[in-house]
Amino acid sequence: MADAAAKSTTREITYREAVRAAIRDAMQRDERVFLMGEDVGRYGGCYAVSKGLLEEFGPARIRDTPLSESGFTGAGIGAAMGGMRPIVELMTVNFSLLALDQIMNNAATIRHMSGNQFGVPLVIRMATGAGKQLAAQHSHSLEGWYAHIPGIKVLAPATLADARGMLWSALEDPDPVLIFENVMLYNMSGELPEDAGAVNIDKAAVRREGADISLITYGGSLWKTLEAAETLAGEGLSAEVVDLRTLRPLDDETIMASVRKTRRAVVVDEGWRSGSLAAEVCTRIMEQAFWDLDGPLGRVCSEEVPIPYPHHLEQAAIPQADEVVAMAKALMGRE
Amino acid sequence: MSRAADKPHLSREHALDLLRAMMRIRRFEGECARLYTEQKIRGFLHLYDGEEAIAAGIIPVLEARDRIVATYREHAHALVRGIPMNAVMAEMFGKQEGCSHGRGGSMHLFSSETNFYGGNAIVGGGMPVAVGLALSDHMRGDDVVTACFFGEGAVAEGEFHESLNLAALWSLPVLFICENNLYAMGTALDRSESVTDIHKKPDCYGIDAEVVDGMDVVAVEAAARRAIAKVRETGAPHFLECRTYRFRAHSMFDAQLYRDKSEVEEWREKGPIVRFREWLEDAGMAHGEEIEKIAEEIEGEVAEAVAFAERGSWEPVTELTRFTYADRTA
Ligand SMILES: Cc1ncc(C[n+]2csc(CCOP(=O)(O)OP(=O)(O)O)c2C)c(N)n1
Repeated sequence: MADAAAKSTTREITYREAVRAAIRDAMQRDERVFLMGEDVGRYGGCYAVSKGLLEEFGPARIRDTPLSESGFTGAGIGAAMGGMRPIVELMTVNFSLLALDQIMNNAATIRHMSGNQFGVPLVIRMATGAGKQLAAQHSHSLEGWYAHIPGIKVLAPATLADARGMLWSALEDPDPVLIFENVMLYNMSGELPEDAGAVNIDKAAVRREGADISLITYGGSLWKTLEAAETLAGEGLSAEVVDLRTLRPLDDETIMASVRKTRRAVVVDEGWRSGSLAAEVCTRIMEQAFWDLDGPLGRVCSEEVPIPYPHHLEQAAIPQADEVVAMAKALMGRE
Repeated sequence: MSRAADKPHLSREHALDLLRAMMRIRRFEGECARLYTEQKIRGFLHLYDGEEAIAAGIIPVLEARDRIVATYREHAHALVRGIPMNAVMAEMFGKQEGCSHGRGGSMHLFSSETNFYGGNAIVGGGMPVAVGLALSDHMRGDDVVTACFFGEGAVAEGEFHESLNLAALWSLPVLFICENNLYAMGTALDRSESVTDIHKKPDCYGIDAEVVDGMDVVAVEAAARRAIAKVRETGAPHFLECRTYRFRAHSMFDAQLYRDKSEVEEWREKGPIVRFREWLEDAGMAHGEEIEKIAEEIEGEVAEAVAFAERGSWEPVTELTRFTYADRTA
């Protein structure tokens, strides 16, 4: 085994290609898997994720749908209950609101309401996040809302390995799993072993070790937070960066272990501050690790405004590395 | 496919089965209404009183492998489908012996054994799910029909149109059954729909539709035989509008201020049970005593179901978070 791992070659790959490889791999492994959504076939996916898959797998399994978010998401639920393993692609989280009824009232509740007789092994993928100057109706980060709902699982792959590996784990899950892909990550590239496979979806990951403060984040904000940690290192502050990876259920253990070590924390979240995932993480730290803290917690979230169109306003609305740096320094009494 | 198989054979035995199915629903629900006033059954309770010919006429025509998606007014569908009355009654009580382990209640009866994909309390919410169930069968090439029941209120919802479009576009074996009882809670059909001939709507999706007198169990069964045979033959969707009426309030909370008592009385005279019973007696196919005997049998079954539900147990609160995800036990 060690030999084989050592031999596996790495290849330069983009996040987009990693997601595509994950879909292809799933389709090859399991005949029950199919992808459906708006423009996933002929068009190749609105973020070009599924490009080429129609030619490879045909229109029954790479299934273009009409503009019917509720209809085809519900159809995914039915197909999953009927024994298939559908991957439903919703172009972005903004349009997923038209399918919210199906996600919340059916996918998340049927196992419970049926007394465990029926599960919904469905995976729903969608893009989230701001940064492409698409204005309010195409730029929001609502994964925190979905993380509020019991009965579903919510994943936010931030790395190439997670983009490649989380889908298979999600498909093996007997319950509905939502995967949020930050739009700013699709072009990100890096080295990934060619045989990279499934990853554990139950644990958060420490992406950078540190001793003085924990920076807790996920998705598109991970890279800005790592940048902030680098800047802080230059100023003699050692920041630990925790990537939540799974937003529901949260991995309290990894979060608390980091906070107990550093005794301080900042949560970075592209959602709006009020009622945010950051609020949830902070509260859990208060509940579980208050006596281990040396100071108040901090949050860097999006401004409470519909995301604006102009570049400078859009960037000002969402978390940035320098804000994370400033918040961390303020919490440590360094101005 | 011989057309003869599509026709109901109205033997004496079969006729009595139809009557029995309708009487059984009526009696079960009458008991539920009584138990509701005793607060044994709580929450929303939507009765099928007046609409029995639809479930009784359609569901027995389906095969065991076929699937059913229903609404919150689904006791009849569940009973006719063969979920034991005991399990349905225990579910109404919220006892863990219920068909959904007590977690669903009146509006969420489920049964994996009989391919009963639930009661759904969101108007229109079951329609895309039915399309997806049919999609799974279509993709595997399985010869299965999914029957999807909904009220005429659902016709105004986007999910109705999305579902019909998808089913037709992908040619999926769904039988859409609109139970048109003329009212969506208190809103009469002509106050909510620009086109009140509901069976005309599927036409714009290229789906064939039929309208049938939903108060006539024989007519419903005949239409169901044609429709189900057609869906099975073609693998394509079909639509049945059953015109009916509910004699009781929308739910137990409804004072029925939106319609006259006389209107309800007129419809009651056209009720599916009286009408079929009289016809059977007039035709000499059944005698009063026989029907009384059926009523007695049902009485016994209902009494046993109530006793079963009473004897049932409450799920321990320590198990509260079970069934939120798979494998998660208390
Ligand atoms: C999406 C949605 N909106 C509103 C309601 C509240 N509601 C419950 S039943 C009902 C009327 C539905 O009427 P119809 O579809 O004709 O069915 P019927 O009750 O007559 O069988 C309404 C408005 C609901 N359950 N779901």
